[in-house]
Amino acid sequence: MTDATHLVQLLTVLVLAVFVGFEVISKVPTTLHTPLMSATNAIHGIVLVGAIVVVAALFGSPVHGPALTALAIVAVAFGSINVFGGFAVTERMLQMFKRKSGPR
Amino acid sequence: MSGAALTFALLDLVAVALFIIGLHYLNAPPTARFGNRLAMLGMLVALVVVLVGSLNVGWWAIAVGMVVGAFIGIVAALRVKMTAMPQMVALYNGAGGGAAALVSTVELAVARSHGGALDPVVAVSLALSATIGAVSFAGSLVAFAKLQELMTGRPVTYAGQQLVNGIVAIAVALLLAFFVARLGIAPAWVYPGLVAAALLFGVLFVLPIGGADMPVVISLLNSATGVAVAIAGFELSSTLLITGGALVGASGTILTVAMSKAMNRPLTNVLFGAFGAAGGAEPAAGAKPQNVRSVSVDDVAAMLAYASKVMIVPGYGMAVAQAQHSVKALADQLEKRDVKVLYAIHPVAGRMPGHMNVLLAESNVPYEALLDLDDANAEFSTTDVALVIGANDVTNPAARTVKSSPIYGMPILDVDRAANVVVLKRSMRSGFAGIENPLYELANCSLLFGDAKASVDALVAAVKIL
Repeated sequence: MTDATHLVQLLTVLVLAVFVGFEVISKVPTTLHTPLMSATNAIHGIVLVGAIVVVAALFGSPVHGPALTALAIVAVAFGSINVFGGFAVTERMLQMFKRKSGPR
Repeated sequence: MSGAALTFALLDLVAVALFIIGLHYLNAPPTARFGNRLAMLGMLVALVVVLVGSLNVGWWAIAVGMVVGAFIGIVAALRVKMTAMPQMVALYNGAGGGAAALVSTVELAVARSHGGALDPVVAVSLALSATIGAVSFAGSLVAFAKLQELMTGRPVTYAGQQLVNGIVAIAVALLLAFFVARLGIAPAWVYPGLVAAALLFGVLFVLPIGGADMPVVISLLNSATGVAVAIAGFELSSTLLITGGALVGASGTILTVAMSKAMNRPLTNVLFGAFGAAGGAEPAAGAKPQNVRSVSVDDVAAMLAYASKVMIVPGYGMAVAQAQHSVKALADQLEKRDVKVLYAIHPVAGRMPGHMNVLLAESNVPYEALLDLDDANAEFSTTDVALVIGANDVTNPAARTVKSSPIYGMPILDVDRAANVVVLKRSMRSGFAGIENPLYELANCSLLFGDAKASVDALVAAVKIL
């Protein structure tokens, strides 16, 4: 597979994901916009996967040193804050959204 | 592709599918929690795959980062007050942007160690992801500082601001172009210079935006972080990062556009217009005092108790006063007397999209009682009392009628069409836009002065003994 084909494949994934994102998210009602934002915070926490890949690459590379290791650890920590904090706060908010309930 | 690699790739696809289905279920409150859990499951799958794949390589660094990040994230998530959600989301946006920039920085060092020029795709995506990530990181920190009131929440402006911002933006663009043109073998100062300029731009571009424009900035930064992550996916050839980032980019963009629309201002005007800076920052010097009617707690209590339909219109003032629980207590008292209580939520009420809804959900208001702009406006003509709590500009009828008004054309809540309007206000200070609200001079409008929470608590007590 040439580099160009690979690039086109990645671009295809990007464009389709953008379209799907617009379709799916435009149906989220305004009342859920705050949980939507915190849930998407958690989803862009997927950068944690990138951070982990980069740590592994760094440790197998000759430039491996304390400064870069520190930066990589901070990247992992930032990504983890997004993933764990984002999902936890979304869960906390969503459990507050209740229907009309109980005896009236 | 080896068997293991194929399995990993397929599992990544499962993770992406779970994100999308999860977001789909966020389309209604009853299914939203299920949706969030599906997205969590997707993330778990993605993390297990990458952790298994990088076993034994730098595991301690990964463990340290993850434990620290997870601890901070979870503690913050459990402790944050619902009124403080906007600054929390700002910090999360910043963390995501920062992570994307750091990933690119480390990746650059690793890629350079192989010697020679970078692959063009890697060079472009690396530089773009670092730039956007750094802008989002710095911008989010400023937004956080504004929302947390570590600095003034009002727009920070100075002479020549647009020129300075323009110069910094051009510097960012030139450094970016230089880095890409040399495919990463530019002089050593270029990349740090690029990141520094991007950080500076992030600070400068958020400084002049403030107050009621915050929902737009938060949404925009959310979108920017998504884009930075998606682009980082290109440098690592990761479809996971590309899709995850793209979904967030799309979400942030939708919210940004929705917020701009709700203010009837093009995005460029929000970003570069500095509402209130172009002369309005001083609340209309020399404005004549408005002729308003002030009422007592007992009058309002009687008005509410004998109404058949009451519409509560919350704004940022309710959040500041932490009055949401008192508001719910008042609604309970009224409902006991068979008064129908509904809530009218303007899209830009508060400091982030959906801010009021979360606060009212926290105090157990059922989400069916929360009406959005159009539904609420259809109800006002049959409403006996519209009770405005800490909202101002979003109720200003000048937006409908006064062509010269800075907010002319902005969709507002037509509270003036209710039989009676009661506005809970701290003082006669004008709203964020620095403009007078002619609503207060209308014959059917009266004002109850005082702290929102104290006023509502007094109303609860007064309604109880009626």
